[in-house]
Amino acid sequence: MELFRIKKDIPFMSYGRLTTSISLVTFILAVFFLLHRGLHYGVDFTGGTVMEVHYPTTANIQKIREVLDGTGLKDITVQNFGSSQDVLIRLPVKKDMSIAQLSEKISGALKASDSGAEVRRVESVGSQVGEELYENGALALLLVCSGIMAYLAMRFEWRFAVAAIIANMHDVIIILGFFAFFQWEFNLTVLAAILAVLGYSVNESVVVFDRVRENFKKMRKASAVHVIDNAITRTMSRTIITHLMTQTMVCSMLFFGGETLHNFSLALTIGILFGIYSSVLVACPIAMWLGVSRANLIGDAEKKPKDEATLAP
Amino acid sequence: MNRYPLWKYVLIGTVFIIGLLYTIPNFFGESPAVQISPAKTSLKVDQGLLQKVEDALKLADIPVDGMFLDPNGVKVRLASTDIQLLAKDKLVSALGKDYTVALNLVPQTPNWLQSIGAKPMYLGLDLRGGVHFLLQVDMKAALDKAAESTVGDFRMSLRKEKINYYGIERQGQVVVVKFESEAEATKARNLLAKNFSDLTYKISGSDKDFNLTASMSVMAQKRIQEFALKQNLQTLHNRINELGVAEPIVQQQGLDRIVVQLPGVQDTAKAKEILGRTATLEIRMVDEEKSDMATLQKAQAGQVPFGDELYFDREGRPVLVKKSVVLTGDRITDAGPGVNGQNGSSVVNVTLDGRGAGIFKNVTRENVGKRMAILLIEKNSTEVVTAPVINEEIGGGRVQISGMANAQEATDISLLLRAGALAAPMEIIEERTVGPSMGEENIKRGVHSTLWGFAAIAVMMIIYYMVFGGVSVMALGVNLLLLVAILSMLQATLTLPGLAAIALALGMAIDANVLINERIREELRNGNTPQASIHAGYDRAFDTILDSNVTTLIAGLALFMFGTGPIKGFAVVHVLGILTSMFSAVLVSRAIVNLLYGYRRKIEKLRIG
Repeated sequence: MELFRIKKDIPFMSYGRLTTSISLVTFILAVFFLLHRGLHYGVDFTGGTVMEVHYPTTANIQKIREVLDGTGLKDITVQNFGSSQDVLIRLPVKKDMSIAQLSEKISGALKASDSGAEVRRVESVGSQVGEELYENGALALLLVCSGIMAYLAMRFEWRFAVAAIIANMHDVIIILGFFAFFQWEFNLTVLAAILAVLGYSVNESVVVFDRVRENFKKMRKASAVHVIDNAITRTMSRTIITHLMTQTMVCSMLFFGGETLHNFSLALTIGILFGIYSSVLVACPIAMWLGVSRANLIGDAEKKPKDEATLAP
Repeated sequence: MNRYPLWKYVLIGTVFIIGLLYTIPNFFGESPAVQISPAKTSLKVDQGLLQKVEDALKLADIPVDGMFLDPNGVKVRLASTDIQLLAKDKLVSALGKDYTVALNLVPQTPNWLQSIGAKPMYLGLDLRGGVHFLLQVDMKAALDKAAESTVGDFRMSLRKEKINYYGIERQGQVVVVKFESEAEATKARNLLAKNFSDLTYKISGSDKDFNLTASMSVMAQKRIQEFALKQNLQTLHNRINELGVAEPIVQQQGLDRIVVQLPGVQDTAKAKEILGRTATLEIRMVDEEKSDMATLQKAQAGQVPFGDELYFDREGRPVLVKKSVVLTGDRITDAGPGVNGQNGSSVVNVTLDGRGAGIFKNVTRENVGKRMAILLIEKNSTEVVTAPVINEEIGGGRVQISGMANAQEATDISLLLRAGALAAPMEIIEERTVGPSMGEENIKRGVHSTLWGFAAIAVMMIIYYMVFGGVSVMALGVNLLLLVAILSMLQATLTLPGLAAIALALGMAIDANVLINERIREELRNGNTPQASIHAGYDRAFDTILDSNVTTLIAGLALFMFGTGPIKGFAVVHVLGILTSMFSAVLVSRAIVNLLYGYRRKIEKLRIG
């Protein structure tokens, strides 16, 4: 079976203006939602307590609320989680009470009112731990970006490195934008997913760039636009099949992975979908506008005079 | 051209077999067991303990499936959880409180596999259930405490040298001594600087009001903090031993934090209480007048003389101790094992702070020839650590406790003296509890995601690329096998995000095979022969595969460096997955294709869809 047998090169670069404007609009929207709504951070970041409680029969949310109100603690939210028998209880960090006491108090109150209540998971994080996570998360992001840029600059050329990083940062912002728009919980595993996507979708750009470089060697007469169009067309089949496979795995996690992996897989899904788009239709036009050419890619080994290397888009 | 030299096949075969061997233990499951480990560091884990356990179980008529020694203690494999509980009860009563008996699970890995070190993967708390605590050591309190004891030390020294001062106080972590004349202040500085050299001194003020301020140097502060952390770690170790947890983890994290992980523990309230407990040390006099056999026996029967209390030492001998306390443990600043210069016997060197040294000097002067008991007091038990005889008046705050049986005992007792109490208060700043049913569910979720995802990819690959798709799936299978094998070998902690990383690694690893297969198709389309197409396909795709894997690797390493807990688990698997995928996608799949096509003289058509 072969789904993508494309005879002629698709003139992707002539859509450059269109595709980058689409990106720009989604990017601006994502930034807008990020600033306007902000991310809904999980306890990992904000500090606080989350408890998952399982009841043998359908949980009576109203009654649980009353019981918890009786403890005198404020700002407790109670909601169903997964099934009608599971309840998720959240509460913020309290100044006058250690997190250890807090979780004991809640589980004590719940067990006193219903002996069948089973506390299946407790996550309590002090505020100081959360603050460090911001820092470490930002540092990790920075390190990934600079590491990837350095590698691409070394293996290819700085123009490619810049183009790839812009394309991929655009993915990251869009994932964050989705999380802000839908107010999905942003926790540590989501951060891991985003960094993994960053590494993964750079692959995409690498594959195309690799082909661009190869084409520059083979298609000596062709213009940069032609070379890039050909590279994208030739790798398109691989791009779609690979992403289909990875997405299959991610869907499997989405269906079977339960609540813990749910947002993780969501972040990956968005990352993969936008990754295809951006690494091809954002990275390539940017690389082209930055003036990527045969000479600066293949270098002096080809003994090309410098002035021949100015190929306008 | 599509033939590998023999050594490459041999290499791949060997790696495959090793991978298989180390993956197998994961399929055997675990059986209930009890783990017996010494509660005190002075007790040895040896054949003697094994024999003791065996005898106790034989006596109670408990069938045993297997028994073995490991560095932590004796593990006894049992047939069912009922027998496990029974065995635990019998062993607790037979061995007493010198040993902790904990319920545990041991892998049912066959012996021949165990002998090559093959073990199942090490599951994290989110997969096996348990409690995780992150404790923050209050370093400011530790420094305050150190400064507080410096105040006492100063007072003692100044009084001894008859230097006049009219005030001494601690301001934060700085000690300020007030003098009426500069001459006195200078005299004091010279004296104190000689005795307490790790402080920096400064004189300020004028007229009749001179201040001598002493502040801790950065080095001294660091030393105090390190000491506090070490002592807290040791104390936690000792306490957790009592909990009877099978494989507890107590580790330093960063400069001022301690991670405690208690697998299988459900009673978090008890765990928290034990972690937060404060143990104290007390030094009291032994009531020598009433320490004859008759009184001791009466005391043991319940008639304790007035003003005394009955305790037992570590050998179980009764000791009558006076109720009045001579010194408490917070006067001890350090304790370490040493050797007596005169007879070469093992001793414990204890250093007391200024105030403690003064009291100690007076008490020892008045009680030469009598015994002094050192008691370790915890919530509901008090033990006489040692009760040495006072040979002479002891001044200067340096006390040598003789009467140690050997160097090991000296080390243990100094640890106890140091570690009985916490050096600085701690606060739980992170708590994660996962119930056992949740753990099992998490394993199921992770495994199902991986397997169903794998199956779906396999079907799609075979439909789309036919024979070459099949080869890719085999390579992907080898990838999974190697990844699990390496994780089992390294005994890296596997968490739910780690399981997700396995799934993701497979989903990403297929990229390499897709690249290769697409390339072969393209070469065929360009009119190359099948053999040449295979060759060129693998050759050309390799550069791309390398580049794309390096970028993914960079992301993985960054996650590893900055991630904590579950994220670190994700990163480890992610990075290992990239490495194994390089091997399987390129070498293994090529080897299979070579075996399939490389030795045919003539190929009409490649079945690549």
